[in-house]
Amino acid sequence: MIAKTLQDMFKRYRRPGDIVFAVLFLAFSVFLLSQLGEQTQVVKRTKWFAQPGLWPTIAVWCMVAFGFLHWLSSAISDRIDGRWVEVGFWVRSLEYVAYFLIYVLLVPQLGYLLSTILFAVFLTLRSGFRGAGAIGIAALFGFIVTIVFRGFLQVKIPAGAIYEYLPDSVRAFALTYL
Amino acid sequence: METLLSGVSILLQWQVIVALLIGSIGGVIIGALPGVGAAVAIAILLPATFAFEPIVGLTLLLGIYGSSMYGGAIPAILINTPGTAVNALTTYDGYPMTKRGQGHRALSLAYTASFFGGVFAIICLMVLSPVLAMIAPHFGSREIFLAALLGIVLVVLAHRGQIFAAGMLAAFGMFLNTVGLEPVKYTRRYTFDQSWLASGIDLIVVVLGLFALSQAFLLLLEKNHAPKDTHVSGSIFGGLKELLGLKRVATVSSSIGVLMGMVPGTGEFTSQFLSYTYAQKTSKDPDKFGDGSPEGLVASEAANNAVPGAAMIPLLALGIPGEALTAMMLSVFYVHNVIPGPQLFENQMDFVMALYMALIILNVIVLVFLLFSTNLLLKIIQIPTRFLGVMILILAFVGVYSLRNSITDCAIAAGFGVFGLILKRLDLPIVPIILGMVLGGIMETKLRSAMARVKTPLDFIDRPIAAILFGLIVLILILHFRTLYFEFKNKLRPEPHVPAVDSDHPNQQG
Repeated sequence: MIAKTLQDMFKRYRRPGDIVFAVLFLAFSVFLLSQLGEQTQVVKRTKWFAQPGLWPTIAVWCMVAFGFLHWLSSAISDRIDGRWVEVGFWVRSLEYVAYFLIYVLLVPQLGYLLSTILFAVFLTLRSGFRGAGAIGIAALFGFIVTIVFRGFLQVKIPAGAIYEYLPDSVRAFALTYL
Repeated sequence: METLLSGVSILLQWQVIVALLIGSIGGVIIGALPGVGAAVAIAILLPATFAFEPIVGLTLLLGIYGSSMYGGAIPAILINTPGTAVNALTTYDGYPMTKRGQGHRALSLAYTASFFGGVFAIICLMVLSPVLAMIAPHFGSREIFLAALLGIVLVVLAHRGQIFAAGMLAAFGMFLNTVGLEPVKYTRRYTFDQSWLASGIDLIVVVLGLFALSQAFLLLLEKNHAPKDTHVSGSIFGGLKELLGLKRVATVSSSIGVLMGMVPGTGEFTSQFLSYTYAQKTSKDPDKFGDGSPEGLVASEAANNAVPGAAMIPLLALGIPGEALTAMMLSVFYVHNVIPGPQLFENQMDFVMALYMALIILNVIVLVFLLFSTNLLLKIIQIPTRFLGVMILILAFVGVYSLRNSITDCAIAAGFGVFGLILKRLDLPIVPIILGMVLGGIMETKLRSAMARVKTPLDFIDRPIAAILFGLIVLILILHFRTLYFEFKNKLRPEPHVPAVDSDHPNQQG
């Protein structure tokens, strides 16, 4: 009774796309194994436990062994529908990766404050929030994050190249706090 | 006494007090927000804490770690949505109580049980300190190597039903740790002649990708929803008295939480599992479990809140993290050149005392805060999930970029973000990767230094603690394979109507 209840509580499910991940991970592991000789060196007059290749060898062989068993367990289980829909979901995340990397590139140019506010507002619009209130909150959030992290906590983020064009009276402040 | 006073003086610095307040109250809010969780918050804040004194940074992170589970109980009880994954069991008894109009009683019990579990663990930690200080110096390289190996074995075996996945991901973590320029012989490992791989893959970049960015991508891509508007009426002070009637369940559950917290790789889930089983088995009303049993609620909340305090034991005494959050905290120690382990107890006992006291104070702050501001918190947490995704993505940038101002780090973190999203969608564990990275590094260093004095294989386990640890590893593996064997034998019996142990994993041994 208890075992059954707890099994229900902690049951993990195989999800659609499981086999695709298992195949990709196994292929990646086998690729790493094929590179073991090339990417690690055997150092002469050094005992086995101090060889630089020891731990990559252990790690990669374990990845291959467990990866194979994981793939095998998926391969002989019942097929779950929706495999490619799930893979499509994974691929869709690349859109946000692209936005994130554009933001990363913009910060040293536009400065942390402006790029963060723009990024927050853009993502809010992209997420489907079109109201003025939501956009205002996003901009305020971007502003607060900048002030807290760069102004107050002095986190290491470079000043924007654009700040060079600010008037002298504001430039020093912007370079330090924004 | 002198150590205690020295600890108090460390704790009385204004920066520590502010960190304690922000960490504990911030942790409750973060825990109450479904879809965020302590791991995301700690990953984001980790690089920012490097600029602080170690005690300030650790207090902030400990505050979040120790208080998030208090907050996570609120949506679990009131809207049947656990704030953090470890509050999932709380929904089983908390939500049925809310449906019966006893939401205030359930919250009150959850708060007080959490407080009891949290403080119980810290008292255990304080009582054990002299013992730890005595035992810790006996941990040499080979003992620490074996303890780290035990941690890897346990973290893999703890993912029952997914052992193959946990094994391959732990090995992947170990592999990630080896990439780059090897520090002793200065040879390159898996750099593929790329200069950006020569300095290795930073643990914090991986942590931020796997925990924070993946969560942001997930929230931005999945359907938007927000927690329901809800309100608690009635006094929530009654639980203080009611807990006295359930002190046996609370004490045993907290003890289980402490034991499981100390064992690397097990943590909150196992402690809840065992405590809940114990409470149900020994209850006069076992049938009420899952349908609003106060005992079930107390068992799960006391057990999971006892874990953070106990998880500090292997971290402080041996420098071995038991799970992802303490692995992140380990990097705070390293950045400040404070090496947790036997020397910490010998040389910086006042620092350790200050941490213990900070843990007690954070529990008091959180309890008082929650008793008076639950309804306010319920308003705060009504943030749509996609907007949370926007917030996490923006905050994650600070974490990654502020490390080295490296665009490459951001790209690597984004790559791990997609990898983490896939793991989360497939319900595969992330923690083995982090522990593989940390424990793999410890094992490599310690094996190298330990083997210098070992002539025959038996020399490796000729000291009592090494022998005990080795015996434990062998015993755990034998017990595991024994269980698998009996499960397999039971499956072979001709009983057509008996369902599989896990019908969704009929072929996945583990």
